[in-house]
Amino acid sequence: MSVLKVRGLTLGYNRTDAVKGIDLDVAEGAVVSLIGANGAGKTTTLRGLSGLLKARAGSVLFQGAEMAGQPAYKITRAGVIQVPEGRQVFANMTIEENLRMGAYLVQDKAEIARRRVGVLERFPRLGERLQQLAGLLSGGEQQMLAIGRALMADPKLLLLDEPSMGLAPLFIEEIFAIIRALKVEGRTILLVEQNAQAALEVSDHAYVLESGRIKLQGPATEIASNPEVIAAYLGAA
Amino acid sequence: MTTFLDNFFFSYQTLIFALGINGLLALSMYTVLAVGQLSLGQAAFMGIGAYVSALLTLHLDWPFAAVLLAAMIVPALFALLIGGPTLKLTGVYLALATIALGEIIRIFCNTSDLTGGALGLSGIPNKTTFTLIFGLLALALVNFVLIARSRVGRAMEAMREDEVAAGVMGINLPAMKLGALVVSAMLAGLAGALNAHANSFIGPNDYGFDQAVTILSFALLGGIGSPFGPVLGAVILTLLPELLTALHDFKLVVNGFIIVVAVLYMPRGLLSWRIGRVG
Repeated sequence: MSVLKVRGLTLGYNRTDAVKGIDLDVAEGAVVSLIGANGAGKTTTLRGLSGLLKARAGSVLFQGAEMAGQPAYKITRAGVIQVPEGRQVFANMTIEENLRMGAYLVQDKAEIARRRVGVLERFPRLGERLQQLAGLLSGGEQQMLAIGRALMADPKLLLLDEPSMGLAPLFIEEIFAIIRALKVEGRTILLVEQNAQAALEVSDHAYVLESGRIKLQGPATEIASNPEVIAAYLGAA
Repeated sequence: MTTFLDNFFFSYQTLIFALGINGLLALSMYTVLAVGQLSLGQAAFMGIGAYVSALLTLHLDWPFAAVLLAAMIVPALFALLIGGPTLKLTGVYLALATIALGEIIRIFCNTSDLTGGALGLSGIPNKTTFTLIFGLLALALVNFVLIARSRVGRAMEAMREDEVAAGVMGINLPAMKLGALVVSAMLAGLAGALNAHANSFIGPNDYGFDQAVTILSFALLGGIGSPFGPVLGAVILTLLPELLTALHDFKLVVNGFIIVVAVLYMPRGLLSWRIGRVG
């Protein structure tokens, strides 16, 4: 059963369409990755799904409800939570406040406290430095905070935009370990990544985006063994 | 002793009133800056409030409370009118639209018979009192502190930190921005009405671009980490010209220089501390 059903989604900036009518499905509890080169339209697609960019055409059904054309805050309210590209944490706010921002839509204080405990268990490093400004964290820690902040919203669909971008190899491993753990817990994730190899390893299903169109799609293992993909994205040995 | 205080108060009444009124204007600027927007229309909103209140008092003899209320509602309607279309856009559109509003108001007031043209309106009865100005300022400050300490305050801070990230947290950005602009217009209108009923005369050039920049500089100098920053900025920039009167025309230069230095070396303003949160 698809939680997210995208049909003919077209997105763009000014006069150019960056995403040209793509179809995409994300099944409940699955990790689906969207891979492709720089400028293929991956981030644009996520921005379209989270409402940061208005769809020019097509439909985005989330749990059966039409999200295309809805403003970002309504899509967030529906449970689609995006971790924006480039670890956009609130740099001049403390870690504690960043986490609380994640639960902005939650009124119940006990529920916020419960989620906070969960996030701090997952990211003990954040818990040690709750009163520190988020901008002072390292890149990897900021990414963890960004993911932790998104988890505070208890997402029904988590959109991860290039979570490994610009991180040290050790942190990249850690980030993918987190994604794997989230998958085991049953989270539904749409992952956009340039690091195709790592993305395919954690995914159930994958889409390959090229110049704004879906070029290939299938089970992640199948995509990983596709000769074209190997040549273009995985680096043929 | 009381005679001394009375004399002191009498001599400096204009200045003391200006401190409170500028404090309210600074808070009106803070409201917009606190959600990461830039408005240069605070002087225009102030002018609308001043003219509306003066006309209601002079021609219709409304009770002062109703006059003040109208002086808040009319600028709020203007804020809705220009905020609706411009706040959906990101960037400088609000700043541009509010500059345009300021010019329209100034030119209208300068030419219309209703507003007395370039001569302005005079003979406005003095109805503003010390208690009223500072009571309202205190009331506004208390409310702003309460808001800053709440989750709405956190959302506002998140918006000025990073609008995209704030948007995906579920904050209704257009509503927050429009709400902030409307509240700021109401405060500026109130300040305008209080000022008009303290000075007995208002003219179209009181609410021009200079005044808009002055109001902005209150907030820039004081900082917008907490609502106290802009009020402190207003106090300093209101007192400064008085202290520099010996410099005559050069006082504006010194004034400007202080603002430049403050912005360059204290980008977060004089009062950079943030307010603690409870929500």
